[in-house]
Amino acid sequence: MFNLTGKNALVTGASGGIGRAIATLLHQAGATVAIHGTRREALDALAAELGDRVHVLTANLSKTDEVEQLVKDAEAAMGSLDILVNNAGITKDGLVMRMKDEDWEAVIAVNLTAAFRLCRGAIKGMMKRRAGRIINITSIVGVTGNPGQVNYCASKAGMIGMTKSLAQEVASRGITVNAVAPGFIATAMTDELNDDQKTKLLSNIPLGRMGSVEDIAAAVLYLASDQAAYVTGQTLHVNGGMAMI
Amino acid sequence: MSDVAERVKKIVVEHLGVEEAKVTENASFIDDLGADSLDTVELVMAFEEEFGCEIPDDAAEKILTVKDAIDFISKANA
Repeated sequence: MFNLTGKNALVTGASGGIGRAIATLLHQAGATVAIHGTRREALDALAAELGDRVHVLTANLSKTDEVEQLVKDAEAAMGSLDILVNNAGITKDGLVMRMKDEDWEAVIAVNLTAAFRLCRGAIKGMMKRRAGRIINITSIVGVTGNPGQVNYCASKAGMIGMTKSLAQEVASRGITVNAVAPGFIATAMTDELNDDQKTKLLSNIPLGRMGSVEDIAAAVLYLASDQAAYVTGQTLHVNGGMAMI
Repeated sequence: MSDVAERVKKIVVEHLGVEEAKVTENASFIDDLGADSLDTVELVMAFEEEFGCEIPDDAAEKILTVKDAIDFISKANA
């Protein structure tokens, strides 16, 4: 149903679990994908797996000039940028009492500021073409909060506000801007939880399981598609019913 | 007509999709040529690109007509 043939997409953080699944699904739907990440080997492996219509781009998202260059590189590699997926994110958890300024700033810089700069760079071309899709990967904790993650939660809540504002600014140009908010997704990060923690977590999820990276990718594919043309400024929560907002 | 004026008018015609005859020097982007606030930002960015000059926000706010744009760019590139 969702066909992205002829569309060019940039997925940041594509060497991680969710980003990889997003890039793979958009590619399966026919898009040409530029996969960005910091781990070159993982990106090359993914590119080899996907075959053609793939470009590997690296950039340090905490560096302004590299972020701006990333959009230019993606446009140069693919000819244009139709779909931007801001998926890259980092965590530097700690209780507020003990959180260093550096930990706060690093998370805001990569998760929020880099996403802002990528949006700003990408909409230039999208406005000219009168079409575009931006999908920001936020998190359930950006809405609910989570102890030990003030920096991460603030960055993810910031993304939601940015999504809504930008959506209003560019709507008249046929560009939609939405967010996808994953709940607990089975990734390398959640593998580290012990059984007790997992049991407790699952008891709060009506659908009784952790989400898969494919669950998130499917939501992104929908928002990237032509079928989602009338959806903008929204946050699509994909969390098994853990929070109904 | 100066070279700057011609290039400015060409950009305005292309960006706003209006007839060339309507793009007179006294034409206001918003009142006469149907531009919205986003269009004016796009126009300023297109001028910056075309002429390789920087148009700061406070100057951009004062560029309301085709003539304003021509005058600013002529001065900036003088």
